[in-house]
Amino acid sequence: MNLTLRVWRQPNANTPGKFVEYEAKGIPTECSFLEMLDIVNEDLIGKNIDPIAFDHDCREGICGMCSLMINGVAHGPERATTTCQLHMRHFKDGDIIYIEPWRAAAFPVIKDLVVDRTAFDRIQEAGGFITARAGSPPDANSVPIPKQNADAAMDAAACIGCGACVAACPNSSAMLFVGAKVSHLALLPQGQPERTRRVVKMVKTMDQAGFGNCSNYYECEAVCPAEINVSVIARLNREYALGSLKESAGL
Amino acid sequence: MAQLDAKIPSGPLEKKWQKHIFDSKLINPANRRKYSIIVVGSGLAGGAAAATLGDMGYKVKCFCYQDSARRAHSIAAQGGINAAKNYQNDGDSVYRLFYDTIKGGDFRSREANVYRLAEVSASIIDQCVALGVPFAREYGGLLANRSFGGAQVSRTFYARGQTGQQLLLGAYSALSRQIAAGTVEMFPRTEMLDLVVVDGHAKGIIVRDMVTGEISSHAADTVVLATGGYGNVFYLSTNAKGCNATAIYRAYKRGAFLANPCYTQIHPTCIPVSGDYQSKLTLMSESLRNDGRVWVPKRKEDCGKHPSEIPEDARDYYLERKYPSFGNLAPRDISSRAAKQVCDEGRGIGPGGRGVYLDFSDAISRLGENVVRERYGNLFDMYEKITGENAYKVPMRIYPAVHYTMGGLWVDYNLMSNLPGLHVLGEANFSDHGANRLGASALMQGLADGYFVLPNTISNYLATQREKVTADHPEFKKTEAEVRAYVDRLLSIKGKRTVDSFHRELGLLLWDKCGMGRTEQSLKEALEIIPKIREEFWSNVNVLGTNESFNQSLEKAGRVADFIDFGELMVRDALERRESCGGHFREEFQTPDGEALRDDENFAHVAAWEYTGEGNAPVRHIEPLNYENIKLAVRSYK
Repeated sequence: MNLTLRVWRQPNANTPGKFVEYEAKGIPTECSFLEMLDIVNEDLIGKNIDPIAFDHDCREGICGMCSLMINGVAHGPERATTTCQLHMRHFKDGDIIYIEPWRAAAFPVIKDLVVDRTAFDRIQEAGGFITARAGSPPDANSVPIPKQNADAAMDAAACIGCGACVAACPNSSAMLFVGAKVSHLALLPQGQPERTRRVVKMVKTMDQAGFGNCSNYYECEAVCPAEINVSVIARLNREYALGSLKESAGL
Repeated sequence: MAQLDAKIPSGPLEKKWQKHIFDSKLINPANRRKYSIIVVGSGLAGGAAAATLGDMGYKVKCFCYQDSARRAHSIAAQGGINAAKNYQNDGDSVYRLFYDTIKGGDFRSREANVYRLAEVSASIIDQCVALGVPFAREYGGLLANRSFGGAQVSRTFYARGQTGQQLLLGAYSALSRQIAAGTVEMFPRTEMLDLVVVDGHAKGIIVRDMVTGEISSHAADTVVLATGGYGNVFYLSTNAKGCNATAIYRAYKRGAFLANPCYTQIHPTCIPVSGDYQSKLTLMSESLRNDGRVWVPKRKEDCGKHPSEIPEDARDYYLERKYPSFGNLAPRDISSRAAKQVCDEGRGIGPGGRGVYLDFSDAISRLGENVVRERYGNLFDMYEKITGENAYKVPMRIYPAVHYTMGGLWVDYNLMSNLPGLHVLGEANFSDHGANRLGASALMQGLADGYFVLPNTISNYLATQREKVTADHPEFKKTEAEVRAYVDRLLSIKGKRTVDSFHRELGLLLWDKCGMGRTEQSLKEALEIIPKIREEFWSNVNVLGTNESFNQSLEKAGRVADFIDFGELMVRDALERRESCGGHFREEFQTPDGEALRDDENFAHVAAWEYTGEGNAPVRHIEPLNYENIKLAVRSYK
């Protein structure tokens, strides 16, 4: 199939970007969206044009590195699908496709479609962990965990940290991401000792990084490739309300 | 020939590790902050090591090429992690896990290392649960297990089909805590381009900041490489696109020996290649073979037909035919070779005739579609996403693909290379899987190395290092200048071909000549062609842009240049190993019924290669494998 791409090109964070049009010709319908971009890039290099920069790694939907706004939708039109798992059979010959980077103040553009998501790492560093020194832990079966709690924790832990939730949100809120980590750890007995500190510090860091608040658009849930449910945001609000109360009371 | 001393502790097998810990040198907690450690790679091995060493009080710098430590390719492992917990009361033990791993590796790994791996496996599960890894549980709240290939017990722990992801995120969370505590300094989007050796010791690395292009030096008391495997030398593999051999290859060029590069694992159940545009291959979990039946048409003429038009008696269920007792659950290396054989006979199906059917129709009529959906629904969905085909209606098409590499940098029992000061962990070293890795053992080894082995052995080296080397040392300046010259050379060629076109060419050649089957002739042919690819690469590659910017073509170019050289070494190793074992199948060496034929008399050893300069033939050293506890036997799965 033949397609017209309108791709965001931006040499670096300090130079304004713009859309540039490219023709993608003879694209096999079996190939993935990123393989389509590979073909376009091979063609551009042949013409001595700087290839389009985009992030990607595992190409099987789990590493969370790929990140494209495709026709205004984070990760494109398929539900519960990362860009790398989106295949060209979902497009038609002659389609015009707009490709943009994640857009959020907290995710500055590095080049073209590549953005800096290290703000997520800083949130994680603020409290997204359980303190457990190698060598210290008790036997793994010493604390039974009801299956439904373990399953609910796993549902939240499935987040791949891609940032689509932020890109889709009109407020650039990271609350689905933060809520997923807070929920995962709050649902497990191992996460209890640091439960209060964790949520307060993570939310503080999230705010400082420039992410917005949640006003219930639920766009995040709609684009999440790991199908994280917005109920984690409700849990985050609850955990934060209780946590900040406890902290202010010195508990 | 250099003397390769594996430094295996004396004494009975089951006491070696505890004895070694006791005999090891210690560094007291207050002194640890005076020692600096560089860790390259942030996957299960590197991430766990950096977190644990930081927690112990060492000063750690951790580097990864991805934008975050959480994205290392350990994340993609699906099935599970083995541990000798015997929670199922089904006869498992440290010794049984040890024995299964040695046998699965076709008797080509070190007894003492493998025993230690089995011994620490139980602690890994404890550690991961404590970090909040949500392993699958039973209704009673205890941990669930499943079975995996090569074992008769249930010892595999799992978190749905995302075990690797959950284990990695556990290690990443521990690492994050250390970064916040200031014990670990993290460098994402930073690629190691060389190792710095000062007076015969690894004392630092040269890196490139992948955003700004800045090339800089980092010095430390010791360097730890946990940079993964080299499967992408074949271009198409189940590895992530960025996985590369540059760190281990450049360490090799600085004096570290590379061991057994010819041991590569080809996984039997992957989605077949569908065209030239293909950028990577996707694994479908081995567990599918519990209910799927593998077949191809008996007659070539039927290959083009729709599978529903091929009657039962015209189908060849070749695994059931050849291995009646294991059937569709024959081990990975054997299943892969069988698939290749039927395709070589012209009986493969799908585009290019490189595929076999994995058919669930029997299971669906026996159990109902709902039961099959419950067991494998996510895999069927993934298959449909990629191929657009509904595997409930038409059989899946599968074909073997490169998945894991058992070879890597040579290390001793302390996980230290022959090059003092260089430690190597996880898939990047050669140590524990012999010639074939069992399912669910890669995660175990990565975490064992990172959480438990290295933190106990690294002090043996560090305690001897009183002299501090800084990045001002002339050796750093010299190596940094060499790296700059190398990068400039890549950028100045300005030829006609893209980096990817060379990578594809190399990959196709290696898959053809040094893939599932190898012969003396095919390997010699490869050794003729690889130098030509190298020559054309260095005269006709087109790398656009500059060093001082975000430049993905430049990143790839350096990696492909190393893959070309690495591929040559892999072929050389395959040529010299005149036997078949595990993933290394030399067609000349097989039993009358087509099984791998080992030569224990001449090849029960590790081959470790020494670099001797550009254009010179590398030297092959030998570390004999002494089996004191296990009797070498023929692996039979009939």
